[in-house]
Amino acid sequence: MTTGIITDAQNTWCPGCGNFAIEHALKDVILRLEAEGTPREKMVLVSGIGCHAKMADYLNINSFYSLHGRSVSFATGICMANPDLKVICCVGDGDAYAEGIAHLLFAAKRNVNMTVLVHNNRVYGLTKGQFTPTSPGEYHSKSNPYASNDLAFNPPELLLSAGCSFVARGYSRRGKELKELIYDGISHSGFSFIDILQICASYMDKTEEYDEQVYVPVSHNPEDFDAACRLVREYRYNDSGKIALGILFQEKRGTFHVGTPYLQQKYEDKQSFVMRFIDGRR
Amino acid sequence: MDECSVLIGGKAGDGINVAGQTIARIFTTLGYYVYMYYDYPSLIRGGHNFSVIRASNHPIGTHRSGIDILLAMDLTTLRRHQNDCKRDALIIYNSDSVQSDVGSGIPLKRIVEKNGGSAVMENTVMIGALAFALGMEWEEFASVISHEMHKFTEKNLEIARDAFQMQEEKREVKRIHQSPGIILSGNEAVSLGLLSAGLNGYIAYPMSPSTGILHFMAAASGETGVQVFQPESEIAVVTMAEGMVYAGAKTAVGTSGGGFCLMTEALSMAGMAEIPITIVLAQRSGPSTGTPTYTAQSDLHFAIHAGHGEFPRFVFAPGDAQQAFEWAGHALSLSWQFQVPSILMTDRVLSEGVYTVDPEFLPAITPVSVPLWEGHDEYLRYRDTEDGISLYASPPLSGSVIKGNSKSHDERGISVDDGMQIASMTRKQMKKIPLMKEAVSRLNPVHVSGNHDSDMCLISWGSNAPLCREAANFVGIKSVQPIVMHPFPETEMLAATSRSRMTFLLEDNFSGQLADICEAHGIPVDIRLPRFDGRPFTLDQLIEDLWGLAE
Repeated sequence: MTTGIITDAQNTWCPGCGNFAIEHALKDVILRLEAEGTPREKMVLVSGIGCHAKMADYLNINSFYSLHGRSVSFATGICMANPDLKVICCVGDGDAYAEGIAHLLFAAKRNVNMTVLVHNNRVYGLTKGQFTPTSPGEYHSKSNPYASNDLAFNPPELLLSAGCSFVARGYSRRGKELKELIYDGISHSGFSFIDILQICASYMDKTEEYDEQVYVPVSHNPEDFDAACRLVREYRYNDSGKIALGILFQEKRGTFHVGTPYLQQKYEDKQSFVMRFIDGRR
Repeated sequence: MDECSVLIGGKAGDGINVAGQTIARIFTTLGYYVYMYYDYPSLIRGGHNFSVIRASNHPIGTHRSGIDILLAMDLTTLRRHQNDCKRDALIIYNSDSVQSDVGSGIPLKRIVEKNGGSAVMENTVMIGALAFALGMEWEEFASVISHEMHKFTEKNLEIARDAFQMQEEKREVKRIHQSPGIILSGNEAVSLGLLSAGLNGYIAYPMSPSTGILHFMAAASGETGVQVFQPESEIAVVTMAEGMVYAGAKTAVGTSGGGFCLMTEALSMAGMAEIPITIVLAQRSGPSTGTPTYTAQSDLHFAIHAGHGEFPRFVFAPGDAQQAFEWAGHALSLSWQFQVPSILMTDRVLSEGVYTVDPEFLPAITPVSVPLWEGHDEYLRYRDTEDGISLYASPPLSGSVIKGNSKSHDERGISVDDGMQIASMTRKQMKKIPLMKEAVSRLNPVHVSGNHDSDMCLISWGSNAPLCREAANFVGIKSVQPIVMHPFPETEMLAATSRSRMTFLLEDNFSGQLADICEAHGIPVDIRLPRFDGRPFTLDQLIEDLWGLAE
């Protein structure tokens, strides 16, 4: 029986993969939350499909290893049914920005109380290097050998326009800041989105560029929406602009809820409704 | 007359469906069993809508071809349906917009305007005229109006009274001293059955003809607490619902063929991850968008085989409102008992058709009871057991983790590639199948009626069952209806048909989907009676066909 935070499942990420740093940060945040009084059984991790998703196997925590792109939607269901759970989604960029983009934007629009960590390595790793929605325009793989004037998505900008109440960006090689961001995201009441720039050791090693471009703005006010918009436009996932890290935008907003969470529902209420309905038709 | 068919027709927006239900109510008051078929094209205003309300002294679930009373709110109705009328039929038409040599006119618009009502109340005029023609007492009729029309009741009563007094021609029906029961649509029956089984959540995206369930559940959510939500797509519907199930909530979704197509990847996930999800599949004519508001039974093979990979599932197809109520409950309960997906198939005719149901005969549905994990050793979400069923648990489970997985996994729910482990988990999941068969065997999975001694047998499923029941009775042959479509109730079907010298099978599809399944199970089908024009058979057509074929 595994009692620690890491399971005995064999880790199959490539040596040097950015996922290790994200796993490490998430693990530390889970332990910190536990130490602060949130029992581990109240946390649920939902993953999609891709390299990132192996997190569900590796962390000894409630989890659901769902479908490619559908983790945010699946997690929304968990949040609806039991709002007491702390729900964390680990998703990939191909996963959440391609197949699952609608679910991501809708969860932001609804302000579902969950945290989404996008392992944004900007390439499909497991399927061997195809381009994703955030691959730079000049990136050509076996599946897109020729130029097509395709632009990369700017995810923080997309999420800002969808009404996301917590937009942040982290970098897998800035572990300390990343840990804080994940902690702040989980503590945020509502939908928190963290785009994590992550290097792919096999297909998209942008270590040098990122190391040079990332910075933490000193005087940014995350409550200023316009300032956040300006900040996210500094870098368009296609160029050499400066990459701001940290909480880019945060606001307080009512969270998503529907009906009565099932544990508080009473069977008698349904039974008496059915009786009343039938009697009303007599 | 111990039987009466009324057709009311008008433009979309004239309230033909509501008027039809009020007429059904009138006949119920007079002691009749009713069935209503509602026909409408896919548009919001204009077009031609009609309802056929058939009343009979015995339980029915189908309509007839001959019309006794035609209520024409516009010229189109008169033109299109005059030929459906019996020779002595009573025709009442809207004299404000129609000129006619036959029947009696009543000025809908003028009566409504005189009483300061709005255009949507014109159907009340027609109903008032009908109530008088049928020979109702005013007080009795007034109570129906008060009961059915909750908005502007007084105004509707005034309008109805004027019409009641103005109508002269009569077509009286004899009053039957019995209380046949209440009227329920198929969608209402499904909703009530799910609620009775303790449903916690209903997630759906609008799609005819399943939308009625979404509206019903949303209206019921305030009093029942049920979590009802309309997300961005059917893919979101089913994945969100499965997330709710992971958290422990009994959840159902509803859709029609197109939406069900989008749900198949997650249906397959429900198979692998052993998620008890209930899917209501209200069939309409396809392929593709097909004809959104017309009927079909062409998704049977699809429902049984949908989703990649192999996994156990239930597929049920009730035939009328009573069965819909009962089997909606079974669908939710059995799905949780075995932790497999269940699909409840209806069709346009059943979903939006209105039936008389005797509340005394509605089965008592008990809430789903799920044996939960209470052990003290490590919780294994996919623990291999004798019956293949691993005890359920949802977070938070003190001191334990619950790992669900859509990938091949071990007993803990951790992904595996190893061949032995893959095979062993597949075996565990498949162990449930014989037990699922036993469970449905105890629930009368096949309904047999008509002449049990006949050597001729008419098989049907879904909304065609009440039609075939009545036709078989009339012709003196046996009627057989499988309600469980998967796992196929082979023993019961073979027993029901073993003495048949000649077997007919009627269904609303081109290829004979149930017929193929029957033949695969050693039940020869001699004559297939397919229909694929989106319209249901009528009793009279079928009886005629059967007489011819039985010769």
